[in-house]
Amino acid sequence: MIRSFVRSREAILLGALIALVLLVESRFSGFASPGNLAAVFNDTAILIMLALGQMLVILTRCIDLSLASNLALTGMVTAMLNAAVPGLPVVALIALAVTLGVVMGMVNGLLVWKLDIPPIVVTLGTLTIYRGLIFLISDGAWVNSHEMSAAYKALPRAELIGLPVLSWIALAVIAGFAVLVNRSALGRAFLAVGGNPHAAVYTGIDVGRTRFAAFAIAGGLAGLCGYLWVSRYAVAYVDVAGGFELDVVAACVIGGISIAGGLGTVGGAVLGALFLGTIKNALPVAGISPFWQLAISGAAIIIAVAFNARSSAKAGRLILRPESTA
Amino acid sequence: MSLLDPPRSRSLPDRLTGPAARLSRSWEVLLLGIAVLIFVANTQASPYFLDPWNLSDATFNFTEKAMIAFAMALLIIAGEIDLSVAGIIALASTAMGWALQFGLGTPGLVMIGLAVGLACGAVNGALVTRLGLPSIVVTIGTMSLFRGISYIVLGDQAFNGYPDSFAWLGRGYVVWVISFELVLFALFALIYGIVLHRTNFGRHVVTIGNNPTAARFAGIRVERVKMVLFLLTGLMSGIAAVCLTARLGSTRPSIASAWELEVVTMVVLGGVSILGGSGSIPGVVLAALVMGMVTFGLGLLNVPGIVMSIFIGALLIGVIAIPRLVARIRGR
Amino acid sequence: MSYSIDMTDQIAGATDPVLRLAGISKSFPGVKALSDVELALYPGQVTALIGENGAGKSTLVKILTGLYQPDAGRIELDGAAVRFATASDAAAAGVTAIHQETVLFDDLSVAENIFLGHAPRGRFGLIDWARMRREAAAILTRIGAQIDPATPLRELGIASKHLVAIARALSIEARVVVMDEPTAALSATEIEELYELVDRLKREGKAILFISHKFDEIFRIADRYTVFRDGQMVDAGRMADVTETQLVEKMVGRAVDTIFPQRESVPGEVVLTVAGYAHPTEFADIGFTLRRGEILGFYGLVGAGRSEVMQALFGVTRPARGAVRIDGRIAVIRSPAEAIAQGIVYVPEDRGRQGAVTAMPIFQNVTLPSLPRTSRRGFIRMAEEFALARTYTERLDLRAAALDQPVGELSGGNQQKVVIAKWLATRPKVIILDEPTKGIDVGSKAAVHDFMAELAAEGLSVIMVSSEIPEILGMSDRVIVMREGRIAAEFDRARLTPETLVRTAAGYDRKGVAA
Repeated sequence: MIRSFVRSREAILLGALIALVLLVESRFSGFASPGNLAAVFNDTAILIMLALGQMLVILTRCIDLSLASNLALTGMVTAMLNAAVPGLPVVALIALAVTLGVVMGMVNGLLVWKLDIPPIVVTLGTLTIYRGLIFLISDGAWVNSHEMSAAYKALPRAELIGLPVLSWIALAVIAGFAVLVNRSALGRAFLAVGGNPHAAVYTGIDVGRTRFAAFAIAGGLAGLCGYLWVSRYAVAYVDVAGGFELDVVAACVIGGISIAGGLGTVGGAVLGALFLGTIKNALPVAGISPFWQLAISGAAIIIAVAFNARSSAKAGRLILRPESTA
Repeated sequence: MSLLDPPRSRSLPDRLTGPAARLSRSWEVLLLGIAVLIFVANTQASPYFLDPWNLSDATFNFTEKAMIAFAMALLIIAGEIDLSVAGIIALASTAMGWALQFGLGTPGLVMIGLAVGLACGAVNGALVTRLGLPSIVVTIGTMSLFRGISYIVLGDQAFNGYPDSFAWLGRGYVVWVISFELVLFALFALIYGIVLHRTNFGRHVVTIGNNPTAARFAGIRVERVKMVLFLLTGLMSGIAAVCLTARLGSTRPSIASAWELEVVTMVVLGGVSILGGSGSIPGVVLAALVMGMVTFGLGLLNVPGIVMSIFIGALLIGVIAIPRLVARIRGR
Repeated sequence: MSYSIDMTDQIAGATDPVLRLAGISKSFPGVKALSDVELALYPGQVTALIGENGAGKSTLVKILTGLYQPDAGRIELDGAAVRFATASDAAAAGVTAIHQETVLFDDLSVAENIFLGHAPRGRFGLIDWARMRREAAAILTRIGAQIDPATPLRELGIASKHLVAIARALSIEARVVVMDEPTAALSATEIEELYELVDRLKREGKAILFISHKFDEIFRIADRYTVFRDGQMVDAGRMADVTETQLVEKMVGRAVDTIFPQRESVPGEVVLTVAGYAHPTEFADIGFTLRRGEILGFYGLVGAGRSEVMQALFGVTRPARGAVRIDGRIAVIRSPAEAIAQGIVYVPEDRGRQGAVTAMPIFQNVTLPSLPRTSRRGFIRMAEEFALARTYTERLDLRAAALDQPVGELSGGNQQKVVIAKWLATRPKVIILDEPTKGIDVGSKAAVHDFMAELAAEGLSVIMVSSEIPEILGMSDRVIVMREGRIAAEFDRARLTPETLVRTAAGYDRKGVAA
């Protein structure tokens, strides 16, 4: 058990993450303090959740490029609704955000499932459509902090046993995903569909339906994150989280989730997101211009994918047996 | 009669259907229909649309993207993709702006733009063909890397002050309303059309996209062909970087942002299968015209760009979904 | 040849069938795969399903396991009509299958491969991993497989993967077990273990449908037979009442005096010499020569390494050691392109994946490696391209509507003709045919054999990899038998009997199995 963990991608990634934290700590004391690490986690919470959603989709050999647009649209809807009807309870807004997110995910999933359109084409289309809809409903206007109710803005920041609610939500999602992927039939179906779609059919798994479920769950998480993002930064506008969909894919790739499907773990996705989040938070501490971040995450993606490809090189049929037994 | 060197005979027909029947079923004709429809709608919607200079202006909406789309079409037909094209533009443009400080003239700037494009293509190609990595992930990585380097160099600054002779490449006209960019677009459409549809290389590209294993077993050097395609895509991005930088007259690291998605949309709208193996350059040309006219027509009606993108996104899904939907309904 | 026939006492008092199919029909666009077929499976008995490739056996298996829905007909379980809408429905009803292709998941563990879809559940309906591993270990022990359930499947060899597939079928409380060519990838000892397993399943009262091409195997373990031909059921009955010859006649639909072309073989000078050829994991110590105008047969069990040697010769994989000489000169072959340039071409076994580009038209498939001949400076000349394609396809008597028809629309035999035409157009010195008649109809088979004879007579050197004994005996001048990645023996056709061939390939004394 322990030996197989040490050899796993997750262990290597965890090692790299710890090394990164220690490196920054050695130059700029205080980075590795519990308080700061908690802050880094909180800052990465949304990326972690989206990476988990994206992971499910990628496991089934699909990809969802519309997650960030979905997030921005639900975020805008909740913000505008809050501004218009400040009395509406935040719980209702969250429920609405998740529902809206699931619906958008279902649209992607249905197009992939029922019409068999390649996921990259579908979500490339819905990426622009969802983003455009934000402009249509908001007319390009911003919803600013002063238009939002206090309750709306307070939830993610409220502290609970030393951690902000945002962090707790992320932890709950991580725990939920661990159970979903490792212990539920649906979770194993995601892996099976991506690992060998042909065999999945023989096993009684409906490939299309499973993909649909992955898109719906990912969409729901994007919706949830839409509310969390807008309330945390207390501003909603058309370009919220623009380009974030690629950060999410990057987190998955760094986390060792194979773009070819069927291979990936919850731990990997979380660590991949944390790796990017740590870099982002370490740069200002280390006095490096934040403009370096993009190039570093690009390089991290390339290194991660090259590393993963090397460790999963295909074996042959292994026909030859030792001469003594032949 | 010898098997190895048989005599010639003629009983198996070349083709089952005539050229007219093939044409009538083609994607290109569907696109042409859409293009004509949009053109007519535009003339009805705005009296300014038919003005030659307005139409000429409209071409700038798509010429640069389309140049990349031609190379991207070949790459996608071969079963790969390059999402770093906009990153390449940013890096190439930044390199030109940086070189400007040393007093380089227009030919030097162009050379640098093209060289950076080629070099970026070589990086993508090497990562995909030498290390066997999936191109979609590699180019998401290099997309960030290339643009990231621009951000490192420029931060929130910009390079300005390109010479007039350089600006002509993006703003100049060859004759009357025919811009230099439009000429480049037509020239590359012709070249890529011939390469894809009339040469051994093009046939190899299509074969690789259909079945890379069988292609290899037929003696095609699959990796080499893919490498050339990545180089071409890099080069075309470099050319687009020259035109765009010349047209804008400045370089910011955010230049051409999200163009990769528009270029891929153009290619897919043009009937190229995202799964590889089929597609045509005339289709991509028509898709470029459709996208350009939509953008321009809605622009004349003062519809903001972001709303046009809804239309493009819906078009992308619609043109693929509707035929499949109809087939499903008929099948019942 | 004598066979011991397993007469179990259940035959005498044959009870009602567990599963009965009646009037089952299934069509696909352009093909009637099954028409009005019957099948009955009895508890504690093995029914052999016999038929040539394309007779409809695979379609039937897919209907039985819920992957296809029949267009017409009834499926009755214990006399009551049932409907299997999905694979899960069939499994829930106790129908399970070991499929021809091992349909498993490389990235999941052995235990999960066995239990995917019906994993033991614990509290809250969550998967109980500990119990799953325990039960998996129990099943693996039961079938005598020494495999750790926690191992990722990727790390197993072919034979072990097959055992996992069997364990999976047994993990369902099955009443009906379908085995679709279960011995294809197994070694002799593993096959013997499988027979014991089948016997045990019979004793447990399970009804077994056993699909196989090997008649010795069918006579060894089956109690009943059903013969399919061209999508129809032509006969069914008890094994005790029929002979091998009768079964073959029913299967083929005519008396089988399979005539192979008469050849006056006059082998010329040595064209190809292979010496000390070795690959780290697939084969070792391969050495042979090939003469002009000769047909050299390569026989062996599936997975003996024959295809691997051929693909190395063709430059697909790189051997670690060894020398290849063509016309006496050392040939360096690092890619198929270099092999083709040196005159070696390869007709692969996996036609759909490695041979034909099925979505592309016939003429483009044929001219693919010969494009330089139909083009000027890289520009294709369409008229010349069509002419070249027509020349070779017509000579091979290709049946197609037009040269621009996609290869995927042709029958297996005609697809094979396209692949062979493609290689003949390159004017090769050596043509390697890997299972050249696999999956093609009887008529096309004879045609392929005729081409081979003609090509050899015209001075081409032919290497034929085949698992069909009649084909090997009927076509080869010499035969090399491979076993577990090595050459086991080399024979002249004159000295060769089917028994010797089988015994050498399996590496055991045949008496031990079937006597």
